[in-house]
Amino acid sequence: MSDDERRATLVRYGAGERTNHWLVALAFVLAAFSGLALFHPALFWLSNFFGGGPWTRVLHPFIGLFMVIVFVLLAASFWDENRMRPADWQWLRQYRDVVNNREERLPEVGRYNAGQKLLFFVIVACLLGLLLSGIVIWRAYFSLYFSVGVIRLASLLHSVCALVLICAILVHIYAAIWVKGSLHAMLRGTVTPGWAWKHHRAWFRQITHAPHPRSRTD
Amino acid sequence: MALQSLDIVRRSATTMPEPGVRQSYTGKVAKLIDTTKCIGCKACQVACMEWNDLRDDIGTNVGSYQNPADLSDRSWTLMRFAEYENPKGDLEWLIRKDGCMHCADPGCLKACPSPGAIVQYSNGIVDFHEENCIGCGYCVTGCPFDIPRISKKDKKAYKCTLCSDRVAVGLEPACIKACPTGALVFGTKEEMQQHAGERIEDLKSRGFEHAGLYDPAGVGGTHVMYVLHHADQPQLYSGLAVDPHISLMVRAWNGRTKPLALAAMALTALAGFFHFVRVGPNEIDERDEAAARQAMEAAQKAPGAGTPPAANPPPNRNTELRP
Repeated sequence: MSDDERRATLVRYGAGERTNHWLVALAFVLAAFSGLALFHPALFWLSNFFGGGPWTRVLHPFIGLFMVIVFVLLAASFWDENRMRPADWQWLRQYRDVVNNREERLPEVGRYNAGQKLLFFVIVACLLGLLLSGIVIWRAYFSLYFSVGVIRLASLLHSVCALVLICAILVHIYAAIWVKGSLHAMLRGTVTPGWAWKHHRAWFRQITHAPHPRSRTD
Repeated sequence: MALQSLDIVRRSATTMPEPGVRQSYTGKVAKLIDTTKCIGCKACQVACMEWNDLRDDIGTNVGSYQNPADLSDRSWTLMRFAEYENPKGDLEWLIRKDGCMHCADPGCLKACPSPGAIVQYSNGIVDFHEENCIGCGYCVTGCPFDIPRISKKDKKAYKCTLCSDRVAVGLEPACIKACPTGALVFGTKEEMQQHAGERIEDLKSRGFEHAGLYDPAGVGGTHVMYVLHHADQPQLYSGLAVDPHISLMVRAWNGRTKPLALAAMALTALAGFFHFVRVGPNEIDERDEAAARQAMEAAQKAPGAGTPPAANPPPNRNTELRP
C-alpha cells in the first residue's frame, strides 16, 4: 500500500450495499447476454453460455426476476439520495463541463450527482417496463392470460426497455472507468477524502462535518 | 436431409442467404380448400392424425360438430363449423378446414429467434424443425392466423407441415388423399388458382355472386388457399382473417430495427472509448487531497461549524479514519 492510500479513507458503500450492487450487476450481465442471444441472430451464440437455446429461454426470465428483486432492495436504500434537487438541473445544464472534466465549475454535488440520479431513474423505469412486459411474454406461465395483441406490444416494449437499459449501463460502466476511484469505492467500499472533496463535496461536508467555506469565521 | 436441405430458401434467425442453386422448376405447391364442396366429414382430420401419428386428448362438446374445439400441438388441422343466417333468412352451414396457411411471407419465421427452427422450402411449404425450437412462442406472436401451438409436454411449437415429408417424395398431403368430395385438391399453385377460377365461375353462375379465392396478398399469398362462397366476408368462416398481415409490432422489433439497436449499443460503448481517448480520466491529485485534509482539520477545530465525526458519529455512512 502506498503512502497515499494509507491516509484516512471515507466509507462510501458498506459491505451490504456492495454485495447488493454486484448481485444486480451479475444478474444484469446474465440477463443481457441471454436476452441478446434471443434478440439478434448474430448473437445467438451467446446462448451457449446458458446451455443452449431452450435453456436460455428457460433461464432468462428467472434471471430477470432475480435482478428485479435484488434491484428493488438496492433502490430502496438508494432512493432518497437519488431525488432530483434544483442544483441537479443546473448540473445537467452544464453537461459540457461535466464531460470535459471541468468539475470546479459545477454546483456542489451530494452523495450522487445528477447523472447518477438520472441513471438511477432510467434503470427504475426500464426494469419496471421489463418486468411488466416480461411477465406478459413469459409463455410457460403467464402468456395464456393475455391476448396476442398485448403479447406483441409487450415483446416490442421488452426490446425497447432492454435496449435503453443496456445503453444506460454501458454509460454507467464507462463512468466507473472514467472517474478514477469509483470502481474501488464499489469494490472495497472506501474513497479518499480528496475523491469525496472533488466529486461529491456536499456529501463530504455532510459526513466529515467540515464547515462550508461561507460559514467560516477565520 | 442432405439434398432436402438444399431446397430450403429461408431459415429463421439467419442473416445470410441459404444455398440457392437448386430451384423449384416445377413451381410452388398449393393446397386448395373448396369450402363450397366440404361436407364436414373430418376425413382430413383423421388422415392427418394417422399419417403424423398424432392422438389428441378426448375433448368436450362445444355445442357444434367442431371436434376438437381448437387446434393444438396434436391437432394440426380442424374443421371449423359456423352457422350463418344470410340476409334472406336462410341458414348457411359454413365449414372451413383450418390449419397452417403456409404464407409466402411467414410471420412465424420472421419472429423466430432460433436459427433454423422454422424453414421455408423452395416449393413454398413453411415447416417447423422442432429440434431447433427453443419454445419461446414468438412464432405464435408472429402468426397472423393463430396457428402454432406450444406443446405442454415438450414446450416445442407444432403445426401442419403440409405433409412436407410426403410432398418431398411426390405424394400429396394425407388430408388431400382422404377427402371424399374433392373439396381438397393439391398441385402447383398455378394449377390450383386455375382450378379455383373454374370453381368460382361455376359458383357465380349458381347465384353465389361474391364467390372468390382467398389467397391474401398481405402475407404475400398463401400455399393453402380457400374457395369461399362469400369471399367478401371471410370473417363469416369462423373468423377467417379479413386482411391478414404480419403485425406492425412484430415487424417493428424485427427487420431493420434489430441491427440498428445493436449499432446503438456498439456506438454507446465506442463513445465511451473515444471520450477516454480524447478527454481522458477524471482523476484526483494532491491538491484535492490537501484541500480535503484542510477541511477535515477545520471541522475538528471549529466547534460552531460542526463536531468531529469521531465524537459524534452520524447514524450511518460514517467516516472511518484509518492510520
